[in-house]
Amino acid sequence: MATRIHPLLGAFAILVFFFLLAPLVIIVGSALSDTTFLTFPPQGLTLRWFANIFQMEAFRRTAITSLQVALLGTGLSLLIGIPAAYALNRYRVELPRWLSTLFVLPILVPEIVFGFALLKSITIGLGLPVFISLVVGHALLILPYSVRVVGASLASFDFSIEEAARSLGCPPLKTFMTVVLPNIRAGVIAAFILAFITSINDVSVSVFLTGPGISTLPIQILAHMEQFFDPTIASVSVLLMLVTVGVMAIVEATLGLTFLTK
Amino acid sequence: MNKLARWGLTMPATIAVVLLLVIPVMLTIATTFGEAAGPFSTYTAFFKSGFRMAVLYRTLQVALITTGIALVVGFITAYVIAQMPGRLKSIMIVAAVFPLLTGVVVRSFAWLIILGKNGIINNALMSVGLIGEPLSMLYTQGSVIVAMVYLFVPLMILTLVGVLEGIPRDLIEAAASLGARPVPTFLQVILPLAAPGLIVGAVLVFTGSFTSYATPQLLGGEKQMMMGTFLYQRAMVTFDWVGASTIAAIMVVITIGVVLIMSRMARRLNPMAV
Repeated sequence: MATRIHPLLGAFAILVFFFLLAPLVIIVGSALSDTTFLTFPPQGLTLRWFANIFQMEAFRRTAITSLQVALLGTGLSLLIGIPAAYALNRYRVELPRWLSTLFVLPILVPEIVFGFALLKSITIGLGLPVFISLVVGHALLILPYSVRVVGASLASFDFSIEEAARSLGCPPLKTFMTVVLPNIRAGVIAAFILAFITSINDVSVSVFLTGPGISTLPIQILAHMEQFFDPTIASVSVLLMLVTVGVMAIVEATLGLTFLTK
Repeated sequence: MNKLARWGLTMPATIAVVLLLVIPVMLTIATTFGEAAGPFSTYTAFFKSGFRMAVLYRTLQVALITTGIALVVGFITAYVIAQMPGRLKSIMIVAAVFPLLTGVVVRSFAWLIILGKNGIINNALMSVGLIGEPLSMLYTQGSVIVAMVYLFVPLMILTLVGVLEGIPRDLIEAAASLGARPVPTFLQVILPLAAPGLIVGAVLVFTGSFTSYATPQLLGGEKQMMMGTFLYQRAMVTFDWVGASTIAAIMVVITIGVVLIMSRMARRLNPMAV
């Protein structure tokens, strides 16, 4: 659809975009301020708050933990999610319908409830180490992205190509790796990105699963904010925003950004 | 062989979800029925307590207001985006996606700088002399709602842009050529076709804000406790695990109930479905 838009609607949309982007600009501005308190517009310009982050052991450590958890969790979720997505599409008729509902449960159940339940059952109940609990919790939290997003690209995959490879004598796993996987590449990349971003930003599940000595970056930021209100937090936020910029650049390079509205 | 393959491939994910999500959540809910005072005693205690009911009402209220504002703001913005020519449209979509991919903590934190005692709004109002001393805007229901709207409007925009773009242009042109004015065209053609998308967006925003933790924690504090922060406080501060599990059970029932009812409604409302 495309019609003329009323100038009032246009003006409204401009205001909305101002509302959406101004807070992010404010964070960048206050990260550069040469004051010990948060302020905007910045008074004097400095990069010392960025240098400060790297001197703070807690931020460095939790950033590494966050990265490890996000990478391992995303990997794990793709490892179990891709086969499930494949089976759901390949054998759609033969598999029960509740199965695909089961795989979206991690989105349906409130995250904070899931975090609490995990704490009770696996961290305390089974006595699993905190780091393992975090990885497992994140992997499950992002499983729906793996199954749904990969599933969406499998839905448009022509399985007769696979049949052809198989009937010519190609073994199943090799067929999947060399015939199916290259065709659903976009879906796998998209699932990876969505899952990674969700994991690295997660608060509600992680807040229950961080223990003595092990915490993730968002939880560390929350804890820091309760005690200090200086530009350090703003500069950590800027670094996290740079991660988002990096991710969007990857999306643009591999899939094109219009992909995100599909 | 085939049968083995199809079950075998779904098995790891199925086991993971059942073992790590379904059973733990069910066990958590089950503990609420095991009290000595009777199986429903924690629930009657919850619904009789003025404080706990106030938390539940507040959470529902914040979630409903947030959903309402996000629907209106998101719909208008998505409508404008859908009309834009290609290049401009992609830029606007990127501008909406960027905040969405930025973390909840970062986006809530921005509002601490804006609404705080020494924040941007207070400083601006004081410097022009409109107010003598800073207003307390943080830790109010308003501050939580503003931040939540900020959090969820991009999600609503992205959900609706896809839906609005899917509306065939022919339909609108047909309405216009038959003499329909813009407002009736909007009310009778565009809105009904967008209804399923509006419902999906509303469900996402409602459940997201109803179950949020970080935003009410940062911008609402103790005074504006919501179900998510209440659950955390009961579990990790007062170690009242049965109380926390009761909150968890109520949250699960409300979210899943809303999702089921609304998705049924979306299916019934879809005029394109035959």
